[in-house]
Amino acid sequence: MALINFINAAILAGTPLLLATLGEILTEKSGQLNLGVEGMMYMGAIASLAAAWYSEQYLAPGAIAAVIATVFAFLAGALGALIYAFLTITLRANQNVTGLTLSIFGTGFAKFFGEILSKKAGGYITCAEPTKAAFAKLDLGGLSELPVLGKLIFSYNFLVYLAFSAALLLALFFRKTRVGLKLRAVGEDPAAADASAIAVIRYKYLATVIGGGLCGLGGMYMSMVNQKGIWVPECVSGYGWLAVALVIFATWSPLRAIYCAIIFGALTILSLYLQIPGLDLQLYGMLPYLVTIFVLIFTSIKQKREFMMPKSCGVNYFREER
Amino acid sequence: MAKPRLRMEEISKRFADVQALSAVDLDLYDSEILALLGENGSGKSSLMNVLSGLYSPDSGKIFIDEKEVEIQKPADAYALKIAMIHQHFKLVETLTAAENIILSDPENGLLNRREVEKRIADMAKFYGFDIDPKAKVYKMSISERQRLEIIKALYRGAEILVLDEPTAVLTPQESQRLFAILRKMREQGKSIIIITHKLDEVLSLSDRVLILRKGERVGCLETAKTNPRELGEALVGRRLDLEIKRPEIANKSDCLFVNKLTCLDELGREVLKKISFDVQKGEILGIAGIAKSGQKELCEAISGLHPVAGGSILLRQVRDGIEVDENLVGLSPREIIDRGISLAFVPEDRLGMGLAPSLDLIDNVSLKTYENKRGFLVDREEPKKIAAGLVEELDIATPSLETPIKSLSGGNVQKVLVGREIHSAPELLIVAYPVRGLDINSSLTIYKMLNQQKEKQVAIIFIGEDLDVLMSLSDRLMILANGQNMGIVDPRIYSKEAIGLMMTGKTLAEVDQLIADDAPELIEAKASFKHTGENIYAGGQDEQ
Repeated sequence: MALINFINAAILAGTPLLLATLGEILTEKSGQLNLGVEGMMYMGAIASLAAAWYSEQYLAPGAIAAVIATVFAFLAGALGALIYAFLTITLRANQNVTGLTLSIFGTGFAKFFGEILSKKAGGYITCAEPTKAAFAKLDLGGLSELPVLGKLIFSYNFLVYLAFSAALLLALFFRKTRVGLKLRAVGEDPAAADASAIAVIRYKYLATVIGGGLCGLGGMYMSMVNQKGIWVPECVSGYGWLAVALVIFATWSPLRAIYCAIIFGALTILSLYLQIPGLDLQLYGMLPYLVTIFVLIFTSIKQKREFMMPKSCGVNYFREER
Repeated sequence: MAKPRLRMEEISKRFADVQALSAVDLDLYDSEILALLGENGSGKSSLMNVLSGLYSPDSGKIFIDEKEVEIQKPADAYALKIAMIHQHFKLVETLTAAENIILSDPENGLLNRREVEKRIADMAKFYGFDIDPKAKVYKMSISERQRLEIIKALYRGAEILVLDEPTAVLTPQESQRLFAILRKMREQGKSIIIITHKLDEVLSLSDRVLILRKGERVGCLETAKTNPRELGEALVGRRLDLEIKRPEIANKSDCLFVNKLTCLDELGREVLKKISFDVQKGEILGIAGIAKSGQKELCEAISGLHPVAGGSILLRQVRDGIEVDENLVGLSPREIIDRGISLAFVPEDRLGMGLAPSLDLIDNVSLKTYENKRGFLVDREEPKKIAAGLVEELDIATPSLETPIKSLSGGNVQKVLVGREIHSAPELLIVAYPVRGLDINSSLTIYKMLNQQKEKQVAIIFIGEDLDVLMSLSDRLMILANGQNMGIVDPRIYSKEAIGLMMTGKTLAEVDQLIADDAPELIEAKASFKHTGENIYAGGQDEQ
């Protein structure tokens, strides 16, 4: 039972990572290396909280507020990605620099508006109970009562199911659809895609913006689920950077992203389930980052072409380049 | 005469300060192969890039079946059934052959790989070439990729097919197979434009020839009514001595002995397999082979840039009047220099490996000289003198000595590189693809420089891709295939076909056997041919 509880907690903790990782996989598959995941998550985190709070004021707390929050989290992440896309795809600015800047921008954006909202709300901002409930475990009736499976599969909030479906859909999209194939071609070799009459720029924009939206949802998870609808200025705390590394760990595969995210989710909550005497909590906190370093070393060993980064990822495309 | 299927009128295009095309006209009819002939930089590729929608022209009109059309992007050309096969293939390497073809289908539904794979197999069968639709492109050979490009074009129903220097990367046999396919397509009523600078291809394949020079149309000739001389003149604008000289050097002496040299690539595969040969001072040893047969690794192993897995590289040195053979294996370039060995290497990647593109001429020269003087500061006076000398001697066109190398033209960049290497008065000079991307005049200058070095008793290893040039410049010619030495031949005796066979993996012994069994096309000078085995260069043949 302890193991099942542990897996349950790992999945809950891994879901924001999964959402952000999927967003970044989609982005990188189009050849755009957007290092602004952290920033876009922050933007999603504050936007969802603000949207929920205002919905509570003007509409009603509960499911409606949750839906509006979700929409705004996606839009906020997408907005961050749109800025990035305009700078790198249209103006052909350096992708690394632009992405890093977006991280700083998004973090500042969230903290700035978080402060304003907190003042408005009179000290600190928190959601009403019905809204919090909408982000809690779903009521699936008898399913959740099933032995083992109930706890393992039917006891999560709606974002967990959303994230896992997104992973499956993305996998199908890349493998089974023509548009997915074309998107992969754009990321691998935009010149070849262009010569095949694929609208390279449109593909890059759409993938980057939707990918940013997914990162925004990951950010919403941090503020609405992990912090239970209370604004904590440090809520994203480096998860965006973990997601960038997870993309490499998952070798750009949405399905592998699932178990990578669960493993990293498990690492972040390990201290609650496995206490090693003499090991400080701070050392546990280091674990995900430490493992990231080892993963990056391990994955930099030369691999099969299929498992490598899309070939033109990080390189801007200009048709008339000579 | 029938109405033209394609008509391009007064096409002009300008890149920054270069007028790439000035008011060029072109007509193309049904069932026709039109050769587009011109030197490098004459605008052939630019004109075709306009047709395929990669470049948008500054002015000019394009008509298809006498209707004016706009081609703004590749998708437009595609809709007009125009397909271009670029020199650098536009294939996505991590996808399979079938997936690459699906890419160019505007439909956006679910994938149906099996159906496409079957259609590809059928089409390949019709035109007579084999291709595996499930193979990943990065595992395919160059000629397979080219065939895939052609199928891709046919699959989407192309009626006008443009090929940009399609034979540059093929062996003579592969080229012949390609031509057979093109002729079959012409029979089917397709119109084909082939960009080339090889006169024999123009004559054997095309119906008409359009000649461009410096972005202008020189003329359009009917192939049947012309001859190489006339084409050559139209091409370069004046009577050119196309004959490359091969001076005979009287007193050659030993220089380099390579014995059973084996090298591995980063994945541990053998890229050079027990290569043995020697080079003498005062000769040019040509090395022929299709791309990536081990040429790069061979050059780099000798210059100390690629690790050696087995064998020896001995360079004859005279120390205190005694002849010593110094083994270069395991020495770094610095150690080679420190031992007083003068060896110069002109790599194929001029601007990546040979020169620092954003530095100027003086700094690039000083990369070789900065160690000459001790002290903390760099001496810029000596390289400045050398650079000025090079500019004068080699007629390098540059605005100043302080101009970054990357803004010079390809020919001048190569002159700088070769000139700098020659300036160090090497005993052994290794040049890899020195004329790649250069026009005829610049190429001739480079050949002349190599011959001058040969006359100065320098041993030269010349790696080239144009067989005609290799055969007329080299004293001996070594053929590499798959990292193996297929044999060293006298290019005055064997024909191009024989060397082509060796490039595809036949050994010299097998070729000699074919000749003995009566294959006269493999032999150039019958009188000088001796019986099987005797034409093999005795000193450096592999034990197989």
